[in-house]
Amino acid sequence: MKWMKNLKTYTPPTFTVVRDDYRCIRCKACVEQCSFDATFYDEDEDKVWNWDANCVGCERCAAICPTEAITIKKRDYPYRPNYSWEGHVDGLKKRAIFGGTPIVSMGNDRPYKIYWDHMLLNASQVTNPSIDPLREPMELKTFLGRKPHFLSFNEDGSLKTQIAPQLELNVPIMFSAMSYGALSYNVVEALGRAATEMGTYYNSGEGGLNKDHYKFKGHIIVQVASGRFGVHKPYLDVGSAIEIKIGQGAKPGIGGHLPGEKVSQTISETRMMPEGSDAISPAPHHDIYSIEDLRQLIFALKEATEYTKPIMVKIAAVHNVAAIASGVVRAGADILVLDGFKGGTGASPQVVRDNIGLPIELALAVVDQRLRDEGIRQDVSIVAGGGIRNSMDVVKAIALGADAVYIGTAALVAIGCTMCQQCHTGRCAWGISTQDPHLSKRVNPDIASQRLINLLKVWALEIKETMGAMGINSIESLRGNRLHLRGIDLTDREMEILGILPAGE
Amino acid sequence: MKIVKIKEDNCVYCHLCEVACIVEHSQSKDIIKAFKREEKPIARCTAEFNYPVSYSIMCRHCDEAACMEACQTGAMHRDERGYVIVNPEKCVGCWMCIMACPYGVIKRDNRREVWGLSVKCDMCPERSLPACVEACPNDALTFEEL
Repeated sequence: MKWMKNLKTYTPPTFTVVRDDYRCIRCKACVEQCSFDATFYDEDEDKVWNWDANCVGCERCAAICPTEAITIKKRDYPYRPNYSWEGHVDGLKKRAIFGGTPIVSMGNDRPYKIYWDHMLLNASQVTNPSIDPLREPMELKTFLGRKPHFLSFNEDGSLKTQIAPQLELNVPIMFSAMSYGALSYNVVEALGRAATEMGTYYNSGEGGLNKDHYKFKGHIIVQVASGRFGVHKPYLDVGSAIEIKIGQGAKPGIGGHLPGEKVSQTISETRMMPEGSDAISPAPHHDIYSIEDLRQLIFALKEATEYTKPIMVKIAAVHNVAAIASGVVRAGADILVLDGFKGGTGASPQVVRDNIGLPIELALAVVDQRLRDEGIRQDVSIVAGGGIRNSMDVVKAIALGADAVYIGTAALVAIGCTMCQQCHTGRCAWGISTQDPHLSKRVNPDIASQRLINLLKVWALEIKETMGAMGINSIESLRGNRLHLRGIDLTDREMEILGILPAGE
Repeated sequence: MKIVKIKEDNCVYCHLCEVACIVEHSQSKDIIKAFKREEKPIARCTAEFNYPVSYSIMCRHCDEAACMEACQTGAMHRDERGYVIVNPEKCVGCWMCIMACPYGVIKRDNRREVWGLSVKCDMCPERSLPACVEACPNDALTFEEL
């Protein structure tokens, strides 16, 4: 279908679809695959053509094209060059035209400094042996939860101290909270299968749990967020841990957003809300206005599950995160989740995503240090998330003080996501963040779960290799071991906050 | 006997099975030439779509093949691999196979000047894995033991 562009709502296209007419065989694969109405076939002209203004640069057409006839190119800035206004003109126009604040998705895409890339790892030479993980044992298993301050034993040598409930992780990597609703059924299925196979956990997110996914019991972390969607006794019981979501790195200070476009029949059943209505969670939990209130919810959940599960509290990395974290630990959280500002989201106002929060590297370092200084670090395990892109980010996070990490975006990229930032539209061309029953078929859970398993296995091997190089044979010995990190291209103050030495020192 | 299994839950309606089939049955087996230079063969598989359902369907190579029963010349026969195949030498283009086929997977190729010819999946005799199965990006077609 062709239509004229509407100048009243027009902003210049970001991408242009370049098609090599010699290579194009008119098979129309791209036409069927484009879920954003950017590709059309004209029978009269026998031509495939594009409506560039609709193209989001998701690369689906280019990927599916059997003759590689398609190239998606980013258009140059269309207006007169202007250093201070570039990147702001279209945003301003959109607000003026549509009268609403733009909603975006994925993580913060602004060019803020990435501290992972300014930290270097150590290796053993001569005076201490490096370890070969292919020939020698290497331990990645870790336990999350409250650890006792000391151990006491009975006279027969058996353990007297009661150990608090723990999460057992075979790899220190978990899949972060991405709700059924934000993600398609097949993706949740794939995450569940991969977590089960790898002996780790996936997080249900705040949208409740589809009844089909109760089969992943033992590998689910269930989330209780401010909207309380889909929270009931069986839901709490199926989780290996319960996560209270106070904040999310991509949108600190506001609640979850699920646009009504994505609230389908099954989502409405799972979330226990009307079909097609926006699911906008309240910004705060309306029963939490203090540390004492948080403590009440933590213990209400512990009571409801008979003290058999660790309670996690997830907070976004914000300015005085160390003090907040200390309060959260004292409120009784067994696991503290820190989410950095590069963390992803299914929908967030652009101003919030791009301007609020802290890099996870800094937040993690200050929280770990603060909890150690206060002598309460063993009361809690720290899980870091928000901007973990590769296995070395995992190693650096653990060396900075994390017990384990959450990956979200990385997991989605593993199963096809190209980070086109259209999750909020519900039209994901890769079948990941959509509830359209036809689009969501694009993720085959068999293929997707295998890719996730491969990813975790490869990352585990890479972590073992680098730990071996450092002469460490257990992930527990790496945790908080900041002597294995050196800063490069960082200011003294930044290194002081990170608690690391400069390269060469 | 191995057959192509159709998994409609995974079909994304990309038509790549049809593209692969056309290339495989072309003279040059070159995708550009098959589509743009030569007389294009008919795809033996068809991607069907009725939102939200989609799947690719091709000959099921039935044990009791209705097309074989209906064929008056014996052109439709079972080959040594066990698949139902058309012998173009014998086909007279009466289209009774098309009338009989319960899946609608036999197609007419009108380009044969006199006789016409029934066209259907031949299970890619020159390949170990049928072209459509190899091309499917989402494992909606798999080559499995029956």
